[in-house]
Amino acid sequence: MHFQLAWRNIWRNPRRTAVILIAVVIGVWSMVFLGALMVGVSDQMVRNSIATLTGSLQIHSPGYRADPVIDHSMDHPEEVISVLKKTLPVGAEWASRVRVHAVASNARHSSGVTLVGIDPAREAAVSFIGGAVDEGRYLDAEDPYGILVGRALLENYETRSGHKLVLMSEDAAGEIASRAFRIVGVYTAELAATEKQFVFVTKAAAQEMLGMGDAVSEIAVLLPNPTAGDDSAAALQSALPEQYAVHTWRELLPLVEAYLEINRKSVAIWYFVVFIAMGFGIVNTMLMAVYERIREFGLLKALGMKPGWIIRGVVTESLLLLMMGILAGNFLALSTVLIVARTGIDLSVFAAGAEFAGMPRVIYPVLKTEHVTAANLVVLVLGLIVSLYPAFKAARFTPVEALAHT
Amino acid sequence: MAIVECTDVVKTYQQGKVDVRALRGVTLSIDTGGFVALAGPSGSGKTTLLNLIGGLDEPDSGHITVDGNPFDEMSQSRLAELRLNKIGFIFQAYNLIPVLSAVENVEYVMLLQGVGAGERRERARAILDEVGLSDMYNRRPAELSGGQQQRVAVARAIVSNPALVLADEPTANLDSKTGNGLLEMMAEMNRTKKVTFIFSTHDQRVMDYARRLIRIQDGRVAEDVDKAA
Repeated sequence: MHFQLAWRNIWRNPRRTAVILIAVVIGVWSMVFLGALMVGVSDQMVRNSIATLTGSLQIHSPGYRADPVIDHSMDHPEEVISVLKKTLPVGAEWASRVRVHAVASNARHSSGVTLVGIDPAREAAVSFIGGAVDEGRYLDAEDPYGILVGRALLENYETRSGHKLVLMSEDAAGEIASRAFRIVGVYTAELAATEKQFVFVTKAAAQEMLGMGDAVSEIAVLLPNPTAGDDSAAALQSALPEQYAVHTWRELLPLVEAYLEINRKSVAIWYFVVFIAMGFGIVNTMLMAVYERIREFGLLKALGMKPGWIIRGVVTESLLLLMMGILAGNFLALSTVLIVARTGIDLSVFAAGAEFAGMPRVIYPVLKTEHVTAANLVVLVLGLIVSLYPAFKAARFTPVEALAHT
Repeated sequence: MAIVECTDVVKTYQQGKVDVRALRGVTLSIDTGGFVALAGPSGSGKTTLLNLIGGLDEPDSGHITVDGNPFDEMSQSRLAELRLNKIGFIFQAYNLIPVLSAVENVEYVMLLQGVGAGERRERARAILDEVGLSDMYNRRPAELSGGQQQRVAVARAIVSNPALVLADEPTANLDSKTGNGLLEMMAEMNRTKKVTFIFSTHDQRVMDYARRLIRIQDGRVAEDVDKAA
C-alpha cells in the first residue's frame, strides 16, 4: 500500500511528473550514449594505434627510443625471438622490423618518411599493412626492389603503381645509402598522416641497403588481447638480457594514453554536469510536491505516522520516478547505440583536426557494462540522496502548523 | 476513571509580532466514556485545547495525561505511537488522503499499526458498513459528498478502537440533516463501543447532543456542566 500511495501521489500532477521524467530520461540517455561514443572513440584510437606498427608491446635496444638511429639496432634478434617463443602466451604474434628515418623522392617531390623493412608474412599478422593494400599487391618475401606506399603519399608525389621511388638514409657506416624501389602496391590507412609517413620494403632489402647485416630496429608483439600488455611486458623484461628494453603500447603512445585519460575525465565531468542539472530538477519537483501536500503530512502525523515513515514515503516517490526515468533512458540510449553502431558517425568533415589527435574518421559507439552501470548508479543513488532534502522537509512540519496550512 | 487530565495548561501563540495567550491555565478532567463538547466563540482556545489533548502541540506549562500517559514525559515518537493506537481524530475539513479510496483511507491507520492486509480490508469494510457507506468503498474523496467524507473520517477515527476520539468542529461544513445524522452515529458509537468523544464546537446541535458541556472563554474554563448529574 505504501508503493500504491507513492505511485498515485506521483500521478497527482501528471504534467510535472512528465517534465521530471523527461529530464531523467534525457540525462540517462546522454550519459549512456555519450559515454558509449567516448568509449568508441577511445577503443578505435587504441586499436588503430596498436595496428599502426605499435603492437601490444615492442622490444628495442635501450637507446633506440630516445634516438631511433641505425646505431641503436638489435644485432642479434634471434636471441630475443627465442625468448619470445618461450615466454609469450599462445596466439601471440611477433614481427621484427627495420625502421629508420629516410628521404623519399621522385622527379616531382621529396620529403621525409619512415622507412619500414618488414618480414611480409609475419608483419601481416601483427599490423594493419597486411590487409591495407587496395591497389597492386602486397610485398613478397623475395622482393628486393618492391615498395608499398600510402594513398596520400602517392597523390603528393603525383605518381602511381609501377613507378620508381628513391629512398635515401644513413647506413650502418654513417654514409648516405640510397636505393630505387618500384611501387608495387598502394595502401589505405585510417589516418592520412599514416599514409604519408610510412613506406614499406622487405626487411632483407632494408638491411642490405643500410648495411645492417641481420640487425633489426624493433620487434613488435601483438598479444591475443591487444590492449593487455603489462604482464607479458614484465615477463619478457625479466626473461631478456639487460641490453633489451620492453615497452607497452601505453609507454609507446603517450599522446593516446593522455587522450584516454582526458576522455575518462571528460566522461566523469559530463556525468557530473548532467547530474547537477537533473538533481536540481528532482529537488525542485519533490519540494513542490511536498509543499502542495503539507496538510496531508500534518494529517498523517496526527494519525500517528512517525517522521521516518514520511521520509520513506517521499523517497519512495522519488525512487519510482527515477526508476521509470532510468528504464526509459536506458531503452532510448540502447536503441540509439544500436542504430548508430550500424552506420557510425562520420566525422570526415573534421578529419584534418581529428587526425591530429589520432581520432578515427567514423565513430562507432561501444557500450561497456561498467559505464552503463555507473551512469545508472549515479542517477539512482545521487537522485535518492538529493530527494532526502524534500523528504526531511516534509517530516519536519509539526502536525498543528501543517494542518493549519492553506 | 479519567481518560484525560489537564492541569493548569498554558499555551501562547505568536501571531506575527503579537503573543496570543490561547490558554491561560486550564484544569479539567474527562472520564472514560464521556461525550463532551468544548464550546466557545472563535478564538476562545477550544481548538488549541483539543490539539494539546491530542498531543499535536505542546503546552508552554502545565501537564496533560491521556489514558495514564503523561505527555511531558513522552518523546515525539512515543506521542505518535499513542496517537496511532489510542486517539482518533476527526477534522472540520475531513482531511482524507485524496489519492486513496474510502476503504483505503480507513485501512491506512491499520497499515501504520501493522495490521495484516486481509484483516485490514475486512475491518475497514465492516466499519464503512456501520457508517452507512457500504456501496462506496472504492470511491475517492473527490467522488463523495461532504457528509460522506466526514463519515469516512469518523470510520477512520474509530476503526482501530481508540480510547479517545477528538473531533474539531466535525459538523461545521455539513447541512443540518447530515450533521444530525453524523452526531447520532457518533453518539451511538459512544454508547455501544464506550469510545470517549471530545468535540470542539460552537454548533448548538453538538452542544445539545453532548452529555457534558465545557465552555471555554478567553483561554479559561468559564462553565462546566455535566448534564447527567
